[in-house]
Amino acid sequence: MLLIMKNKLYFFSFFLLLAVFSACTDNTPTADATAASAAGQSAVQDDVSQKNIVQIAVGSKDHTTLVAAVKAAGLVDALSNAGPFTVFAPTDAAFAKLPKETLDDLMKPENKNALSDILEYHTFVGVVKPEQMRDGQKLNQVNLKNITLSVQDGKVTVNGSAQIVASVPASNGIVHVVDAVLLPPK
Amino acid sequence: MGGALLIIAALWQCKTKGAASATASDAAQKVYVAPGTYDEFYNFVSGGFNGQVSVYGLPSGRLLKIVPVFSVFPENGYGYSEETKAMLNTSHGWVPWDDQHHISLSLTDGIQDGRWMFANANNTPRVGRVDLKSFRTMEIMEIPNAGGNHSSPFITENSEYIVAGTRFSVPMDDQPDVSIQSYKDNFRGTASFISINPQDGHMNLAFQVLLPGINLDLSRSGKGPSHDWFFFSCYNSERANTLLEVNASQNDKDFIVAINWKKAEELAKAGRGMKKSVRYAHNTYDERTHTATTKWETEAIMLDPRELKDFVYFIPCPKSPHGCDVDPTGKYFVGSGKLAAVIPVFSFEKMQAAIAAKNFEGEYDGIPVLKYDAVLHGEVQKPGLGPLHTEFDADGNAYTSFFVSSEIVKWNVESLQVLDRVPTYYSIGHLCVPGGDTKKPWGKYVIAYNKITKDRYLPTGPELAQSAQLYDITGEKMRLILDFPTVGEPHYANAMPASLIKDQSLKFFKLEENNHPYVAKGEGQAKVVREGNKVHVYMTAIRSHLTPDNIEGVRIGDEVYFHVTNLEQDWDVPHGFAIKGAATAEILIMPGETQTLLWKPDRAGVVPLYCTDFCSALHQEMQGYMRVSPAGSNVPLKFSTGEPEVQ
Repeated sequence: MLLIMKNKLYFFSFFLLLAVFSACTDNTPTADATAASAAGQSAVQDDVSQKNIVQIAVGSKDHTTLVAAVKAAGLVDALSNAGPFTVFAPTDAAFAKLPKETLDDLMKPENKNALSDILEYHTFVGVVKPEQMRDGQKLNQVNLKNITLSVQDGKVTVNGSAQIVASVPASNGIVHVVDAVLLPPK
Repeated sequence: MGGALLIIAALWQCKTKGAASATASDAAQKVYVAPGTYDEFYNFVSGGFNGQVSVYGLPSGRLLKIVPVFSVFPENGYGYSEETKAMLNTSHGWVPWDDQHHISLSLTDGIQDGRWMFANANNTPRVGRVDLKSFRTMEIMEIPNAGGNHSSPFITENSEYIVAGTRFSVPMDDQPDVSIQSYKDNFRGTASFISINPQDGHMNLAFQVLLPGINLDLSRSGKGPSHDWFFFSCYNSERANTLLEVNASQNDKDFIVAINWKKAEELAKAGRGMKKSVRYAHNTYDERTHTATTKWETEAIMLDPRELKDFVYFIPCPKSPHGCDVDPTGKYFVGSGKLAAVIPVFSFEKMQAAIAAKNFEGEYDGIPVLKYDAVLHGEVQKPGLGPLHTEFDADGNAYTSFFVSSEIVKWNVESLQVLDRVPTYYSIGHLCVPGGDTKKPWGKYVIAYNKITKDRYLPTGPELAQSAQLYDITGEKMRLILDFPTVGEPHYANAMPASLIKDQSLKFFKLEENNHPYVAKGEGQAKVVREGNKVHVYMTAIRSHLTPDNIEGVRIGDEVYFHVTNLEQDWDVPHGFAIKGAATAEILIMPGETQTLLWKPDRAGVVPLYCTDFCSALHQEMQGYMRVSPAGSNVPLKFSTGEPEVQ
């Protein structure tokens, strides 16, 4: 039953972002709808504390699509907050299995709700460690739809299709890396 | 893809820089209360784990007072003086701390009336009443058959009742020792209804409603058309007794529990309840004797809705609902599934119709469950993540706090449309619109009480200031205008116009009405009396001396009671009292009041005593000495002030 936590040292490709950051001017944000995702805990300057879920994802070279999607859906701050969350994190390879046009469509601003629905389907409020997972267990995700876990020979599969390939503890929960994207039932 | 990512990332990073300047440019003017002028609102803020209630002025955020309720308070001797110790009596003994989460303000016809504030104690279940003339705790009552008094002390429209709902279901007091595994069979929740005497505010445990082993979370009374009803949210409909983090999140819906308290009241008065043998403390403070006493109560009336039908109904509500709030019209109630991404709004009229038509989806532990759709007014779609609490303005709008996504969302109760959203820094719990839980919200502001502060103030080590944030809601857009730190951990708070209470505020206690058994109403009555090993010092304090201030004849093994009466009859002239080695606290004595410090000398010598409150130019001279002699000593008892010095 026990999955071995991969203590993977993720490589930061963050220097590019830092370069952009340093070029920013101190603009006063306008009070538009995007303000909700502005300047939450993701902006707290803290290089010492354990990394949160967003920081882990940003630090992973295998999750660039997920990170872009989380940002496009305006969930960066939510997932940097206290949580706790269990996030099933599809790899770039998992996203690549989706038709390209589907993915491109989802990233469009007008499809933000559909995108956030998918991401919320990957998120459970609460910490479920691999060793707590049971065959047939259902988890009611943030978008109020259930996922089902199956456990065989110590390997956990979500909805019969996405296998957990690694689990990384975060300060505000846990990230389970999965090899397929979970699509919410209609 | 990569390009899009970069742009988004850049945008994200740039926004973060604007955080400190996210306030409106005229914010300073909006929160500025000039020196010597008053704030417009009193803000009564629960203290969480400090067990107290703090009072702030709004819009300035200035701390005006800490009112100790369930915790001792060395600042003024509450819980340390002999007079106040009894306030903290419980059936578990003397409990000097609690976890204070919610307050409610007394109402007349659904509008704040400025008489009393009620407070809950979550840990050792209690409710307290604070008088808003003196800002003092006047009564504390323990709740029997209860674990975790979280869903409390919410109040009915005319202050008929406050409630106490159990967050932790427990075995009832008459069958306490059962296996934890027998949770589903033996653990029960209770909703207690505590009646409030309209003349003096005195509380009485009128009846308890027996519920399944669910976790009641929060509650609100109906108003207007829904006057007779009380609505409680609950989670853990799974009735899990371990790892609730996972096991209590299995069901996609839990419940709002609707209790017809009028009907329950009739049933209780008709003798339909079971008489349960219990033991709980009921402590009251007498403002004339300046002394608290404990009455031990021994009976509770329990109403079982499985047998006494038709006064309790369950309404499905997604998903682990936390807040349960009723709008000012009393037509709608809002469940906030703290793990949900929608806000369901229920219609009281539809609920009545569904009950009349017996539109049930089944029963839960013998209690009818109404159909979700039959009671639903509608859902606010995609409002944010993790809705917790909702308050209202007078214009039909609701303000909901979202913990997970850390924001306040404004929406319209009728149309269910989201109108505005604004971030909070960080992770908001409760929120408050002045009067926003009543029939008549005063509006103007919404205040966020946040759970996380992180980088908002100068850092103070791992333990940081707690934080509140003030938003102006007079325009279409909510605008952050002030951060202010709070003490303790703020949970629910409410605010009322200062004009409702400021002119009734007590300035001092009348000395002629002081009926304390050890009062000295003038220096001529000051004395020292020995009763066995108890020594009673009838002491007076007035600018700038204590009488007596030289005392001899006290011995090791004595218990010395300093009964200090403040003889002043003037506004804001407290005196304090302390003596070296006192193993308690100082006591602070308001004008006209008597308070007692117990002191047990542990060594022979001459011990200084003094006034601890800077009362006058000669405050430093307000001091004295007590001589302590060995046990069995023959030093005669004598006392004096201003006796000529021996040449």
